This record gives sequence, C-alpha cells and structure tokens, in this order.
Amino acid sequence: MSEDSTQPTETLFSVKNRKLLTNPLGPENPINVQVLGICSVLAITVQLQTSLVMAISVVAVMGFANVIISLLRKGIPPRIRIIVQLTVIASLVILVDQLLKAFVYDISRQLSVFVGLIITNCIIMGRLEAFALHNKPWPSFLDGIGNAAGYGWVLLAVGFFRELFGSGTLMGYQAIPGFMYDIGYENNGFMILPPMALITVGIIIWVQRYKDRRLIDIS
Amino acid sequence: MSNRYVFFYASAMVIIVALVLSGAATLLRPLQERNMRIEKMQNILSAINIIADRAEAEEVFDRYITSSIIVDHQGREIEGDAFEVDLRDEIRKDVADRQLPLFIAEVNGETFYIVPLRGGGLWGPIWGYLGLESDLATIAGANFDHASETPGLGAEIADQSFEAQFRGKRIFDDDTNFRPVRVVKGTAPPDDLHAVDGISGGTITSNGVTNMLREGLQPYTSYFEKIRTS
Repeated sequence: MSEDSTQPTETLFSVKNRKLLTNPLGPENPINVQVLGICSVLAITVQLQTSLVMAISVVAVMGFANVIISLLRKGIPPRIRIIVQLTVIASLVILVDQLLKAFVYDISRQLSVFVGLIITNCIIMGRLEAFALHNKPWPSFLDGIGNAAGYGWVLLAVGFFRELFGSGTLMGYQAIPGFMYDIGYENNGFMILPPMALITVGIIIWVQRYKDRRLIDIS
Repeated sequence: MSNRYVFFYASAMVIIVALVLSGAATLLRPLQERNMRIEKMQNILSAINIIADRAEAEEVFDRYITSSIIVDHQGREIEGDAFEVDLRDEIRKDVADRQLPLFIAEVNGETFYIVPLRGGGLWGPIWGYLGLESDLATIAGANFDHASETPGLGAEIADQSFEAQFRGKRIFDDDTNFRPVRVVKGTAPPDDLHAVDGISGGTITSNGVTNMLREGLQPYTSYFEKIRTS
C-alpha cells in the first residue's frame, strides 16, 4: 500500500478497489484472522438485534472516520496523529449515540454503554493507522466499509447462535417451537455468558481455516 | 512540521469538533427528552398492567393517570410536579427532606396508586414502579429496570415473569403493619403474601430489589395511613 498508488484511469469499482471491500469479509477478516475487536464481540452478541445495530453503527463510524482521516492525511502532524484519529472516532461515536437516542430510543437503551465502547474498537484505529493515513478517500471509504462489514457479519453470526440457543428466540421472536420444550428441550444459559461468545468465535475461525488452507501458517 | 503548526492544528480541530458536537446535542435534545418522558410514562402505566406502545403512550397516560402529587415522609402533600421529580437526587437526601412522588390512576372506576422506586443492584442502579390497589396494601403490578445487571442473571428483574410474581402480594399485613415484599433466595412459600422467588445466580440483584422495596416504600407509609383512615 504505497502512497496514493491509484492510477488516474482507475474506475471506482476496479478489481483492486473491489478487493478492498471483499478481502476483509474472508481472508483478511479483522476478527477471524487479525483477531481484533474481540471485546465487543463478547459483550453485545447475546441478542441478534443488538448485534445488528452495533454492526450498522460500526459501519457508519468506520466509513466516515476513514474518509475524514484520508481527507486530512496530508495536513495531520505525524506527532499527534493518534490523538487526531481518536478525536475523529470519538466525535463520530458521540454523534451516532445521540442519533440513536433521538430516533431509535429502545435500541439505544439496549446498547447502552457499548455504543461508547465503539471508540475503543481496535479495528477502527487499526484501519485509520494502516490504510486511511496513506490512501485517497474513495479506497479508504471502501476499506472502512469492508472491514466494518467483516466485523459485522461475524457479530451477526455469533449473535444468531447465542440468541437461538441461549434464549430460544431470534430478533426477540420465539424461534424454537413450543413442543420442543414440552419434550424436554431447555435453553442453554451458558450461551448467554461471554465465554460462549469466545468459543463461538473460535468455532467460526476453525471452520474458516478448514475451508481456506492459506490462512494456516505452515512456515 | 513546527510546534506552532501542531498547536494550531490541535486547537482548530478541538474547536471544530466542539462546535459540531454541541450543535448536534442541542438539535437532538428535544427529541431525546421526549423519548425519555414517553419511556417513563410507559413504565408507570405498566405498573398497573397497562401496556401502551410508544406512539400512544402520552394519550393513554393522560387518560388513566388522573393526578400526580408529591408527599413528604409525614404524609403531607407538597407543591411541585411529581413527574419531574428525579429519584436519583431524592434518594441521596435525608428522608425528612425527600420529595416523594405518587401517581394516582383511575381505571374502570378503580383507583390505583403508583410509587416510583430506586435502589442499587450488583453493578449499578436499579429502579422501578410499584402499582398498588385502592386498599394501598395489595400490589397490582410491578415494573423494574436496571442500568447494567448481568444479562440472563440479575437482568432478569426486568423480565415479565419476575414482575408478574408481585401481583396480588401485599406490603402491609392484616394488622396494617408495614411488611414489604422480600425477594427470597430460591422459591418463596406459595402462601406467603410478602415474598417472591429470587433469581438463581442473581442474589445480589434480588437483595437489591428487597432493599429498594423496603427503603422506597417506608417513607410513604404515613401518607398511606392518612388515606386509609380518612
């Protein structure tokens, strides 16, 4: 990723730009492969709905943060660049939090402190530092959206299994039919606790590496 | 890059960010406050088992809640808007200085009294509303909520199955002595009108509810006494 390497003739969705969007979903996934942002995966995946809102919020924050830092990249004094990045992220997170409180109050109550914790999501600062600081706004935007989506789908997958097996519901609606409980099925309370999120992520990582042998370090 | 540039850059950034954020906060404030008011109305209504959704909560609240008053611990009514009393401030005060809000509802000819409560759980504050029937002793319904209790454990106090246990329980015994409902560890005896089942794995939160009920309801007893004898 050299400084501004994009050719002037490059189209908006060239192969290279599309890769920025799709690579973080699979072989460069921030959670499964880089093992970043695990803390929030443990905290907010008890229910599918909170996972979904968190994923959307992170997509918004990361897309904008990457673009803003990319636009500012030539002016940011290198000595205080981390502070500048943090200020941009924190401001965006506060904005997201205020908007959620004003327009989707019930969901903002469920997410409570976790929206604020987006600030500490290491994926966001990681992408600002590794990508947006050295690239033009458009590729930075794609990189931000791609990585946030890569984070988001893992969040949704974990949320899906935890809510289904932990509470027997999906998005708050009963998903496991009543007769299952009649014949002795019980919700697994352990799924609600954070350790099961870690184990679920572990299983996702296992399946992914089984399918994509390149991810296994054989050197 | 010179120090002068770094200082200039940092100052400009901070000023811009401050303007953007304070602008957004000021613009969104009315919407957010309205949401909080509506939520409070929904909670008050659910303490007497009326479920109103967000869109109609204000209208339903006005229809059923006929008056709201503030009393003190000696049972005298004091001036003020009960809806605006913030229990966060009140529970820090000495009982003698406390403003005690009370909401009075009229549903199908029956009178209900709703007492707001606030206390502490395991990780943070817990709060709720307790609806009383016209005898001021029998519980019509309860609504609890919390800031940060453990999901699946202490957080279950906000679950309907926990709240439903309070219906029909009593906060005074037959001799009108104050005897609030306790949340007991394990299963409460079925014929005990002053106890409900605790939450397994949520003992500290359960105890928090017990304390909140005792300390929150105690100051109201003189006012209840007054109404009962009048």
